[in-house]
Amino acid sequence: MARPLSLKEISKKEVLISSGHRMCAGCGAPTVIKMVLLASDYPIIAATATGCLEVSTCISDYTAWKIPWIHSAFENAAATISGVETMYRSLKKQGVISKEIKFVAFGGDGGTYDIGLQSLSGAVERGHDMLYICYDNQAYMNTGIQRSSATPRGADTTTMPAGSVVPGKTEPRKNLTRIMAAHDLPYAAQASPSHWMDLMKKVRKAFDIKGPKFMNILSPCNRGWRSRTDEAIMLSRLAVETCHWPLYEVEYGVTKITFKPKEKKPIVDFLKPQGRFKHLFKPENEWMIKKLQEDIDREWERLQKEASLSAP
Amino acid sequence: MAKTVAATGNEAVANALRQVNPDVSAAYPITPATDIMQRFTSFVSNGKVKTEMILVESEHSAMSACIGASAAGGRVMTVTSSQGLALMWEMLFIASGLRLPIVMPVVNRALSAPLNIHCDHSDAMGARDSGWIQLWSENGQEAYDNTIQAFLIGEHMDIRLPVMVCMDGFIISHSIERIEYLEDNEVKNFIGEFRQLNPLLDIEHPVSYGPLILPDYYMEFRKAQDEVESKVFRVVLDAAKDFEKISGRKYGLFETYRLDDAEIGLVILNSAAGTSKDVIDEFRNRGIKAGLLKPRLYRPFPYKETGEALKHLKAVCVLDRADAFGGSYGPLFIDISTSLYTYSKKPILINKIYGLGGRDYLPEHAELVLNELTEIAKTEKVKTIKEYIGVRG
Repeated sequence: MARPLSLKEISKKEVLISSGHRMCAGCGAPTVIKMVLLASDYPIIAATATGCLEVSTCISDYTAWKIPWIHSAFENAAATISGVETMYRSLKKQGVISKEIKFVAFGGDGGTYDIGLQSLSGAVERGHDMLYICYDNQAYMNTGIQRSSATPRGADTTTMPAGSVVPGKTEPRKNLTRIMAAHDLPYAAQASPSHWMDLMKKVRKAFDIKGPKFMNILSPCNRGWRSRTDEAIMLSRLAVETCHWPLYEVEYGVTKITFKPKEKKPIVDFLKPQGRFKHLFKPENEWMIKKLQEDIDREWERLQKEASLSAP
Repeated sequence: MAKTVAATGNEAVANALRQVNPDVSAAYPITPATDIMQRFTSFVSNGKVKTEMILVESEHSAMSACIGASAAGGRVMTVTSSQGLALMWEMLFIASGLRLPIVMPVVNRALSAPLNIHCDHSDAMGARDSGWIQLWSENGQEAYDNTIQAFLIGEHMDIRLPVMVCMDGFIISHSIERIEYLEDNEVKNFIGEFRQLNPLLDIEHPVSYGPLILPDYYMEFRKAQDEVESKVFRVVLDAAKDFEKISGRKYGLFETYRLDDAEIGLVILNSAAGTSKDVIDEFRNRGIKAGLLKPRLYRPFPYKETGEALKHLKAVCVLDRADAFGGSYGPLFIDISTSLYTYSKKPILINKIYGLGGRDYLPEHAELVLNELTEIAKTEKVKTIKEYIGVRG
C-alpha cells in the first residue's frame, strides 16, 4: 500500500530536478517532473527520450538531474530503461545490489505516441518493473510545434498550419491511455498538473505496484499552444473540466474516474485562450468545434460507462 | 585442459558467450544469427548462465536495452545480422559515443533489397565507421576466440568501446568444424571481473548519461574519441598475447600467409581466406610467389602495419564481399589503397567484388585472380581496376 501523501511531507523533501534548467518559462513539463519525483518514496533512476525535457535539462557540463539519468535516443526511452531495470534485477539476484530502486522513463508525446510506441509497447509486454510517463504537450514542440498523433483536432501546427483549405489538424487525437490500458498492464492513468494531489497520488501508487505502469500527463506548452506563460495550470485545469483530458486510472483492468467535474464545461472554454485554435472561431470553421465537442462527449460517455461497469 | 569438439560457428560462439556469462543480454532473432541466441537462451532456461534475457520487439530496442543495461553497470552482449544491424545503426553510434563495452557477434549476411539471407559483408561494412571495434573471423575457431577476446578488449580501461565479432553467415555459422574450446574457468580468468565506470545503479553517486553537447564542445568530444581509437591496436595485441598463453593460438592485427617473400598477393576477409590459402599453396608449388593478407582488426584499421606488410609486393588484388555504391571501389579496397598511399614504391592494386548474397567463392576464382596478378606483375598493365567475379555477364 502506498503511503498517504501530505503537503507537509512533500514540502520538506529535496526536489531532485534542480532549478536553472533551460525549459521555457511557463512550460508545464518541469512542474510535472517535479511532482513525479517528489511523489516517490524510493530512489529513482530515470531515462528520458530526446525532446524538450532532455535537451533542456542536461547540456554538458551541466545537469539538472540529481538522480541517475540516461538519455540515448528519441524513440527508445522505454527500451533503454528496460535495460537498466534488467541489469538491476540481474545484479540483485547475484547479490551485488540490495537496495530497493524504482525506474521511470519520461517521453514527450512525439517520443511516446508516435516514434516510441513500439518500444513502449514491447517494454510493457515484457513486464519490466517500470513507470513510463508521457508528458503530453500535444505536438512536436522541441522541433518547433509540428503535428503529432496527440495533437487535438483543429489545432494549428507548423506542419498542418491552418490555411484557407486546411483548417488545422483534421484528425482526432490518438487515445494513447486506452491503448496502453489495452496492454492489460497493472496500472495506467491519466493526470494533469492542475490536479496535483491526484497526479502525485497516482505516481506514488504506481511506484508501489510491481510491473509496468503507464501515466499520461498533460503538459501545457505556451509556445505551441499560443498562450500566456502564466496559463499552464489554468489551461490544464480547463482541459480537465471540459473533459478534454479526463482524470482516471485503470488498475488491473478496473477503470476509475478520479475526478468528475461538477459541471462539464464546453470545449470552447479550453480553446478560447489558445492561439492555436483561433481560426476555429471563424464562421467557416465552426463545424470543427462542433466535431471536437462530439469527440469529447463520445469519449466521456464511453469512459463513464466503462467506469460504471468496473464499479464494485 | 582444452576440449576438442565438432561444432558449427554459431554453436562455438554461443558456447563462448556461455563461458563469458554476461549479466544481461537483449536480442531479437534474425537469420543466420538466430541460432546463437536460441542456443544461448537454452543455457538461460537451464540455469547454465546467470544472464537475464530481454527478448525485445526489434533490434533497435535490442541495442537500446543493451545501452541501458551497460550504463547501469554490468557485462552485456547481443547478436545480430544484416537488417537487424541496419535497424540498430542509429544506436551503434550511441553505444560507442557513450563508451559502453557491449559485445556483439555479427553473422554476416547480405542487405535488402533484394531480400537475401545469405552471406556477404555489406551489413558490417555499413557499420564500419560507427566507432565500434570490428574483429573478423575466418572460421568457427576464430569466431570463438575473437568473441572471448572481444570482452577483454572492449572493457580495457584505456578504451572502453563496443566490439563486433564478424563471421560469415551459413558458410561458417552453420558449418561443422573441428573447434578447440577452452575450459570455463580459463575463460573466466582471462576476461576477469568487469566494473562499469560510473554505473547508473550507483544510486549514491548520481550521474547523467547522454547529454546534449553543442558546437562549443562537440568537436573536442569527437577528437577525444578519435584518440581513444588510436589506443585500440595495442590493446588488441596485448589481449592476443594473453590469449596465446592459454590457448596456444596466435592472433595479430591481421594474418599474413606466405607473404614475406611474395610478389603477388590477395587481401581478403573471413572464410574466403581459407579457400584462397589452398590455391596460394598450389601456385607456390608451381614456383609462383603468391601470398595473402587477411585483416582481423578491421576497425580501427591498422593502416601503417598493413601498408608495411604489403608494400614490397608487385601486384595485389583486394577481394571485397560487399560493394560501396557510388561509382567507388569495395570498402576493403579503399582501406588497402589508403594504407599504401604514402609509399612511393607500392604494388599495383586491383579490386574484385565476389560472393554477394551467398554466391560461392570457389578455388577457381582465386586461381583466375592469381593468374591475372601474375600477368600484371609481369607487364605492369591493368585492364580494369574494379570488376565483379563469379557473376553472369
